[in-house]
Amino acid sequence: MARARAKERSEGRRRKGDRKVRVLVGKPGLDGHDRGAKIIARALRDAGFEVIYTGLHQTPEMIVNAAVQEDVDAIGLSILSGAHNYLFPKVVELLKGKKMGNVVVFGGGIIPDGDIPGLRKKGVDRIFTPGTSLSEIVEYVNKRIRARA
Amino acid sequence: MKDKGDCIVYDEEKAKRIREHGKRWEQQRLRPLLSRSPERLTRFSTVSDEEISALYTPSDVEDLEFLNDVGFPGEYPYTRGVQPSMYRGRLWTMRQFSGFGSAEDTNARYHYLLSQGQTGLSVAFHFPTLMGYDSDHQRARGEVGMCGVAVDSLKDMEILFHKIPLDRITTSMTINAPAAILLAMYIAVAEQQGVSAKRIGGTIQNDILKEYIAQHSWIFPPDPSMRIITDILAYCSDHVPKWNTISISGYHIREAGSTAVQELAFTIADGIAYVRAGMEAGIPVDKFAPRLSFFFNAHMDFFEEIAKYRAARRMWARIMRERFKAQDENSWKLRFHTQTAGVTLTAQQPTNNVVRVALQGLMAVLGGTQSLHTNSMDESLALPTEQAVTIALRTQQILAEESGVANSIDPLGGSFLLEKLTNEMEGKAMAYIRKIDEMGGMVEAVKRGYPQREVIDASYHYQRLLEKGEKRIVGVNCYQGNEELPIPLLKIDKEVERKQVARTREVRRKRNAKRVISRIDALKDASLSRTNLMPVILDAVKDYVTLGEICDAFRETMGTYTDPAMY
Repeated sequence: MARARAKERSEGRRRKGDRKVRVLVGKPGLDGHDRGAKIIARALRDAGFEVIYTGLHQTPEMIVNAAVQEDVDAIGLSILSGAHNYLFPKVVELLKGKKMGNVVVFGGGIIPDGDIPGLRKKGVDRIFTPGTSLSEIVEYVNKRIRARA
Repeated sequence: MKDKGDCIVYDEEKAKRIREHGKRWEQQRLRPLLSRSPERLTRFSTVSDEEISALYTPSDVEDLEFLNDVGFPGEYPYTRGVQPSMYRGRLWTMRQFSGFGSAEDTNARYHYLLSQGQTGLSVAFHFPTLMGYDSDHQRARGEVGMCGVAVDSLKDMEILFHKIPLDRITTSMTINAPAAILLAMYIAVAEQQGVSAKRIGGTIQNDILKEYIAQHSWIFPPDPSMRIITDILAYCSDHVPKWNTISISGYHIREAGSTAVQELAFTIADGIAYVRAGMEAGIPVDKFAPRLSFFFNAHMDFFEEIAKYRAARRMWARIMRERFKAQDENSWKLRFHTQTAGVTLTAQQPTNNVVRVALQGLMAVLGGTQSLHTNSMDESLALPTEQAVTIALRTQQILAEESGVANSIDPLGGSFLLEKLTNEMEGKAMAYIRKIDEMGGMVEAVKRGYPQREVIDASYHYQRLLEKGEKRIVGVNCYQGNEELPIPLLKIDKEVERKQVARTREVRRKRNAKRVISRIDALKDASLSRTNLMPVILDAVKDYVTLGEICDAFRETMGTYTDPAMY
């Protein structure tokens, strides 16, 4: 276990010179369900990423501004209120407007399977549904950022 | 000094014989067997990761004093229940939390549920209402009607309760930061029906402390929020005497990832903070304490949960009588609502959720709940369909009518295991409460982020146990099936947002603009003085000042709270 975590850490450090990979975990919208977002933030931090957690009740503009300021490599969004179809694509759209279209956007929450193809079409790279293991998400972020570098 | 004559095992000689027999059993029977075939796990623990022994005997509860610690239902300390007859007199209230789309959609669902034998209403508002925004606010985009019903003005409330007799049906409203506004709207609708505020019954959640800890639908900072709450306590004790003014809620603390002990401890500590605030505002304790109610989670660990409900009653009774010197018996009684744990529902193999909910409903009933919401199997995926909510309601009806568990009061009372767990639960929760007292009470503890941090740690700990396979969830990390039976899901029509925005704008066009301005000025003035806010809010809603406008006025005078974003 300890060895696996150390390995994840070293992978987390490997891009942009020695700078850690930076992931922004964001909670767009008004819903207060942040158990999942906080667990993901901790798991990514434990895996060696630099994590910026926005806190609750963010507008897409607030999230994108934070992403620009922190120069992040990826954004993980969590919504459990059903507002994902509006808010996820809005974040992607605003990123493109800031010429940050290369930032990987992924999401999770209570997202019905039927909504996933539409979200992917609008630029959300991956949707994680309930029951996903932390290691799967860490592995995804690792692989996805490496593929992009 | 313990009164040995009152202890469950009161004969010293017999107690000794049982203890010695227990030791012999362990050495001569159990150990030899385990050396040949060990137990399945190296450690057995509850879902909260509290260790559980192989066997409980009278030796575990030797010190339990029957009359002091267990007693009789309807008598102090109420361990066995708050009423002398419990479900033999009246069954628990079957109250399904419900709200989606427009006020019309939800009103139709209420009429359906009542026609199916539901006995009370429980309103789920959409996020913009919970956060104090009208549906046409920029921040409401994409959220309107999605996670509950949209209520912006009295107009929506009139539609929501259309043809529902508010003199006969009680209503619970899950609303916190804007609770005073929704209560005012409810009073106004009742008056339109010719029902005076004195006659209406129901509950507002109005528990802002657990919002900071767990549910996170806040607007104002802690101090002004506590002032709104004491205004409600004072107003209702005079004008709405049958209303439950706060539903002190552990439910959301548990959903956010706490253990059972933390759920219990933080909820009781929140209750202590409200009682203190009410008394400091000059309201005699027995004038408002009888209208405080509680709300707990029914999670997955059967005996841990039942022990939690029993310990909660005993703790509250002792705290109210000994610490706050309440004289009225009704101030000592912890009445509570239960909801089965949403967080235990799985998106995988969702029909299995019916079984989980049945078990959790059973725990709540064995724990002596006053009302119950049973989750629908599809709620890990969306708001429930009519079919799914019907199965959930029928689950309660099967418990009530077929299972026989409602025939006798506190049927598990006296179980060695349950009495021991109840004692442990109380002991551990009281240790937390002492710690919070040392910080200056829950308002201070919340400002320091103490309970928030405890919950995050517990939630992460549990997630790690799941990842390691030390805790198992059927369909998620064991017994995964390849094929999933698709179940139908409720879809919220995109038209809901457009229509709701149009309705609110029409309300604004049609009302008396001058009156609205003066009402908003009055709200600001009252919030800056010590005037009770309730009558001023009531006047405002009757003139169709919207929820968002009232909250904006208070935002200006009281400020806002933002997430400290710790993880």
